[in-house]
Amino acid sequence: MGSFLRRHKRIVPYLLLAPGLLWLLLFYVVPAFQMFLTSLWSGTLETGYEFSLSNVSNYTEALTRFWPQFSRSLIYGAAATLLTFAISYPLAYTIAFRGGRYKNLLLFLVVAPFFTSFLLRTISWKIILGDTGIVLGPLKEIGLLPAEFQLLATPIAVVAGITYNFLPFMTLPIYVSLEKIDKRLVEAAEDLFATSIGAFRRITFPLSLPGVFAGSLLTFIPAMGDYINAELLGNPQTTMIGNVIQNQFLTQNNYPTASALSFILMAGILVAVAVYARLLGTEELTAGGV
Amino acid sequence: MATAAETLTHPRATPSERFVRFWNKYLLFVYTGLAIIYLMAPVAVMALFSFNDPAGKSNFVWQGFSIDAWLNIFAIPGLQSAVTISLVIALLSTIVATVLGTLIALALARHDFRGRSGTNLFIFLPMATPEIVLGASLLTLFVAIGAPPFFPLSAITILIAHIMFNISFVVVTVRARLAGFPTHLEEAAMDLGANELTTFRKVTFPLILPGVLAAALLAFSLSIDDFVITNFTSGGTVTFPMFIYAQARIGIPPQVNVVGTIIFLAAVGLVALSTVMGRRRALRDEAIARSYAAKERT
Repeated sequence: MGSFLRRHKRIVPYLLLAPGLLWLLLFYVVPAFQMFLTSLWSGTLETGYEFSLSNVSNYTEALTRFWPQFSRSLIYGAAATLLTFAISYPLAYTIAFRGGRYKNLLLFLVVAPFFTSFLLRTISWKIILGDTGIVLGPLKEIGLLPAEFQLLATPIAVVAGITYNFLPFMTLPIYVSLEKIDKRLVEAAEDLFATSIGAFRRITFPLSLPGVFAGSLLTFIPAMGDYINAELLGNPQTTMIGNVIQNQFLTQNNYPTASALSFILMAGILVAVAVYARLLGTEELTAGGV
Repeated sequence: MATAAETLTHPRATPSERFVRFWNKYLLFVYTGLAIIYLMAPVAVMALFSFNDPAGKSNFVWQGFSIDAWLNIFAIPGLQSAVTISLVIALLSTIVATVLGTLIALALARHDFRGRSGTNLFIFLPMATPEIVLGASLLTLFVAIGAPPFFPLSAITILIAHIMFNISFVVVTVRARLAGFPTHLEEAAMDLGANELTTFRKVTFPLILPGVLAAALLAFSLSIDDFVITNFTSGGTVTFPMFIYAQARIGIPPQVNVVGTIIFLAAVGLVALSTVMGRRRALRDEAIARSYAAKERT
C-alpha cells in the first residue's frame, strides 16, 4: 500500500478527504436538496404528499403569512449583532493590547460560560431578569421602577438573551484581528504626534475591521435562526422565524410550508456568506471558529 | 519620570486626550471586569440554584439552602437515562467526527490539490448554516426516506446529525494547530528509513495529538449541549437538553442544575488541564532546544 501511495501521491489528499466529505454530502447537501423538494410538496401527512413545480406558491404564501416573524428575526438579529459588537470590542481590545500575561486566562474566562448548557444559561437569565429578581427587585424596592415594570416577556429580554448567547462569536474574531496588528504601527502614529484617538481611528480600528465583519456575520446568522431565546424569554408577540419553523415542522407536521421557510432562511444566509467570501475571503471566518 | 516622558511624547495633552489616558489606564480594566461578571452571571446562578430548596416544582425563586439535589442527583425520573443517552451520543459522535475531521484537516493543511479552496468553503458552510436549518433539512430527508434506520427517528438519527455538525468544527480546530507544523521532522524520519505508517505513528500523530484532543473536547461539548438539531432528529429519544426543555415548561428541578454544574466544571477542568500540560511540554521542548544550543557552542 505504501508503495502504491508513493507512486500516486496526487490521490493521497483525496483519500483523506473522502470519508468526511462523503458524510457531509449525505447529511448536509442531500438534506438541503431534499428540503427544497419538500418545499414544493402539496398535501398533508394523512393524505400523502405530491411534488409539483406549481407549488412554488408555497413560498409566496409562507412569506406573506409569516412576514411579521421574518422581519422580527431580522430586527432582533441586527439589534443583537450591534449589541454584541458594542460589548465585545472594548473587551477584545483590552485582552489583545492590555492582557499581558493574563491574555490566555482572560480569553478562557470569555469562553468558559459557554461550556454551560445553552438552555440552562437562558433559563438563568429568566431567573436574573425575573419581575422580582436580583436586578428588578431592588430597583422596585427603592422606588426607581414601578412595581408593574417587567423585562421578561418583552423584546428587550429576547434581544438581551440572544446578545449574551452569541457573544463569543463576535469577541473571538475581533480579538484575532486585533491581536494580529503590528503594535509598531500604533507607536509610529503616536511618534508622529497622532493623538491616541487619532491613532485608534486611523490605524487600529480599520485594521480590525475584518474581524468585525467576520464577527458580525458569525453572530447575525445564528441570532437570526434562534428561537430558544424568543421562546423562553419572550411572549407570543416576540416569536421569530425559528419558532414558526419548529412549530410547523414538529407540531403542525406542515412540512411543505416549514421547508419553504427554512429554505428561504438558508438561501439568504448562503448569499450573505458568498458575498462575504468573495469580498473578504474565508480566512477570518474560520479563524473565529476556534 | 513617567509624567516627564508623557509630556515629551504627548506635548498636546488636551482634556479629551487626558480622558483617553484615564480610560486606557483604568476604565478599560473596570469594563473588562464588569464584562466578565456579566458573562459569568448565568453560570453562577445555575450553580447557586443547584443548592436551592424549592417549594413545589418551580426552581425560579430562591427558597433556602439545601444539598439535597447534590445527594440525590438521579431522584428525578428520566434524568439518569437522559444523561446516559447524551453521554453515549456525545462519545460516539466525537470519535467518528474527530477521525473524519482530522483526515480532512491533514489534507487541507499538508497537501496542495485541486479544489482546495472550494473544500475550505464547503467545510465552513455547515458552521454558517443556522442549526434550525440543519435540523429541519435532516428531518425532511429522514421523513422522505421513511425507512429504518432513518425513520422512525431514534438515537441513530441523532448520532448521524451530531457527527455531521461536528466534522467542520474538528477540521477548523485541527487545521489551526497544523498551521505551523514542522514538516522537516517527517522528512527526517523518512530519510532515516521509516515508512509512511511508522512516520505517521511516531512523528506526525504525536505532534498533532494536542490539536486533535482539543477538537475532540470541542466536539464532545457541542454534542452534549445540542438542543436545536436534536429536537428535529430525536423522535421520542430524550437527551439531557431535551429533558431540560421538557422540564422548562413545568419548572426545572435543582438536580438538572447539578448535572449542568458538573458538566461545566468537567469541561473547564479538562481545558485547564490541557493548557497546563501544553505549557509544560513547551517548557520541556524549550529546555531541550537550549541544551542543544549549548552543546553546539562548546
